[in-house]
Amino acid sequence: MTVRTAELIMAIAMLLLSLGLMLNVYSDGLRIGWVDGRGPGAGMWPFWLSLGMALASLATLIRWFTGATPESRNLDPYIAPETLFLVGVSAASILVLLILMNLIGTYLSLVLFMFFYVRILGKHTWFTTIAMMIGTPVFVYLLFEVALTKYLPKGLPFFEEIFLVIDNLRYEYFY
Amino acid sequence: METIFVSLGAGLLQAFEPLNLFMIFAGCLAGLFVGCMPGLGSVNGVAILLPVTFLVPPTTAIIFLAALYYGAMYGGAISSITLGIPGASTAVATVFDGRPMAQQGKADKALMAAAIASFIGGTVSIILFTLFAPPLAAFALKFGPQEEFALMLLAFATFIGLGGDDIPKTIFSILLGLVLAAVGFDIISGRPRLIFFDMVEFQRGIGFLVLAIGVYGIGEMLWTLETTKGTVKMHRVNLGWARMKENFGEVKQYINSTWLGSVLGFFVGTLPAAGATPAALMSYGLSKTFSKDPDSFGKGNISGVAAPEAANNAASTGSMLPMITLGIPGSPTTAILLGGMIIWGLRPGPLLFTESPDFVWGLIGSMYVANLVTVLLNLALIPVFIRVLAMPFTMLTPIIFVLCVLGVFATTDRMFDTWLMLIIGLLAYMLRKLNYPVAPAVLAIVLGPLAERSLRQSLISSRGDVMTFIERPISLVCILFAVALISYPLISKFMKKKRAGETSVDPAA
Repeated sequence: MTVRTAELIMAIAMLLLSLGLMLNVYSDGLRIGWVDGRGPGAGMWPFWLSLGMALASLATLIRWFTGATPESRNLDPYIAPETLFLVGVSAASILVLLILMNLIGTYLSLVLFMFFYVRILGKHTWFTTIAMMIGTPVFVYLLFEVALTKYLPKGLPFFEEIFLVIDNLRYEYFY
Repeated sequence: METIFVSLGAGLLQAFEPLNLFMIFAGCLAGLFVGCMPGLGSVNGVAILLPVTFLVPPTTAIIFLAALYYGAMYGGAISSITLGIPGASTAVATVFDGRPMAQQGKADKALMAAAIASFIGGTVSIILFTLFAPPLAAFALKFGPQEEFALMLLAFATFIGLGGDDIPKTIFSILLGLVLAAVGFDIISGRPRLIFFDMVEFQRGIGFLVLAIGVYGIGEMLWTLETTKGTVKMHRVNLGWARMKENFGEVKQYINSTWLGSVLGFFVGTLPAAGATPAALMSYGLSKTFSKDPDSFGKGNISGVAAPEAANNAASTGSMLPMITLGIPGSPTTAILLGGMIIWGLRPGPLLFTESPDFVWGLIGSMYVANLVTVLLNLALIPVFIRVLAMPFTMLTPIIFVLCVLGVFATTDRMFDTWLMLIIGLLAYMLRKLNYPVAPAVLAIVLGPLAERSLRQSLISSRGDVMTFIERPISLVCILFAVALISYPLISKFMKKKRAGETSVDPAA
C-alpha cells in the first residue's frame, strides 16, 4: 500500500468515524440544540464537533483528489516491509502480553515478554536476557504492589494462588 | 513585589526538603536520560512516568516531573552532538552546528556550550516566570466562563495558525480530542454520551492518561523503532578538567546568542502550539542573522549550538506560565502535567495561586534548584550518558512498553484501559505517518471537559445569546486573536498566490 492509498483510506475511515459519532449522539436521543429552560443540550458539544471532524475529513479528501497534500503525491510504501515486521511484532507482542496477563498473570507474562523481546528479537546474551527476565518482574512487584499498593492482574485462579503465597509471606513478615 | 520574594523564599525552602531535593535529582537524571535517548523526549518521559508519581504528594510529584521536563531539554543536546541524531525533537536545531563541531573533534566544546547555554536560558526564563506569573494569575482571577472559553479557543487557534501542519488534519486532530473528552456521563445533564458498542466501560470516559500514554508511549515507540533502525556512528568526546576549564573561557563567544535565545525562547514557549522546537529553530535563525559571520553557521559555529539550547530550555519554562496561571498548557508536556494536576485533585487555573500557594511556589522554587542540579549532573555525567547512548534499543523498548501497560492499569485498575491504550497507540502511529499532528489531540482531551463546561455555562448565563463572548472585552480580544490566527494561513496563502500571479504576469507584459 502506498502512502497515497493510505491517506485516501484513512480520510474515508475518519469521515465514517465522524459520521458514526454523529449518529451515536443522535440515536441516543441527546438534544443537540437549545433546550428551553435548561440551556444547551447534552449532545450539542459532541454532535457539532463531530460534524466539524466530518468536514475536516472531507477537506482532506478534496485535497487528496486535487493532490494538494504531499502524501497524496507520495508513492512510497506506507509502511516499509522491514518496518512492518518490527512494528507488527512489537504491537503483537504487547497484544499477547495483555492477553496473557489475564490468563497466567502479570509476572509470568512479563518473564515471557522479556524473553521474547530481549532474547529472540534483540538477540542479546543469555546473561542479559535472564537478568531482564528476573529483574523486570521483581522491580514491577516492588514498585506497583509494594510501593503503589496496586493489585496487578494475577490471571486464572490457579496462577493467582501462587502469588497469594508470596503476598501472604510479605504481609506476615513486613507489616 | 515583596510578597513575591517571601513566597519565593518559602518555595526554595520547600525545594530543599530532603524528599523534594531527592526527587529533583531523580527527575533531572530521568530527564537527561529520556532526553538523550533518540526518539524519547520530555513528553514521553512525563507521560510514561506520571502514574508512578502517585507514590508521592502532588507537590513532590510535579517537582519531579518539572525536573524531568527540564533535564530532557539538556539531554537532547547530548545525542544531537555525539550521534548527529536529535535526542528529542526540541534538539533538532542543535544538530546543525553540533554535528560539524563533533566531526572536527570539538564535541566537548559543543557539549559544554550546550550545557552552559541551557543553564543561562533556564535561569533567565525562570526569573521572567517568577516576575510574570503572579500578576498574570491575579489578572486572570477576573475571568468568567466566557473568558475561559475564549482563551481555550485561542489556544487551539495557535495550532491552526502557527502549528505549520496540514490545516484540515490539525482541525481534525483538535476536534477528535475534544469529542473523545465528551465520552462518558455528561457533567451538566448527567446523561451518558457516546457509549460505544454499549460497553459499560465507556461510561467512565476515556481517561486522558490512556490517550496520552497510548500516543506518547506506544505510538511514539513504534515510530521510534521505525526511524532509528540501523547503526549510527558515535563521535569521541575528550573531556577532562583541563579541557573544561579552557572551555569555560569561551563563554563570551556565544553569550550574545544565548541571551537572545533565552528571552525569545521564553515568549515563544508560552504559545500553546509553538513550544521548544520552533523556539530553538527561530533562535538559531535569528542568531545566524545577527551574527557577524553568518556563513560559518552550519559548519560548526559554537553560537549555533548555544542559541537553540538556550531557547529550548527557556521555552520549557515558558510553557509552564500559561499552565500555572491560566490553566492552558503551553506544550504537550505541560498538557500532561495539567492532566496530572486534575488527577491529584488540584484545580488548574488562576485560583491555583491563592488556593494552593505551596504547590505553585514549591514548583517555582524547585525550578531554580533543578536548573542548577541539571547543569552539574549534565557536566559530570557526560561520559556516562555517552555510554547509555550505546545501549541497544531492544532493551529499552520492552521496559517502556511494560511501564506503559502497567502505568495505565495502575491509574484506573481496569484491563479495559490497557486495551484502549494499545488501540489508541496504533491509531496514533498510523495517523502520524500520514502527517496528522497528534499533540493537538492530547491538548484537546485535557482541555475538552473544561472547554465544554465553560461554553455551556456561558450560554446558560446569557440565555443562549452567543453575543456574550463578544460583549466582554477580554473575551473579545481573545476571540479576535483566535480569528486572526485561524485566518492567517489562508491569507498568507492568498498573498503568495497573488504575488506569484503578479510575477508570472510581469514578463508577459
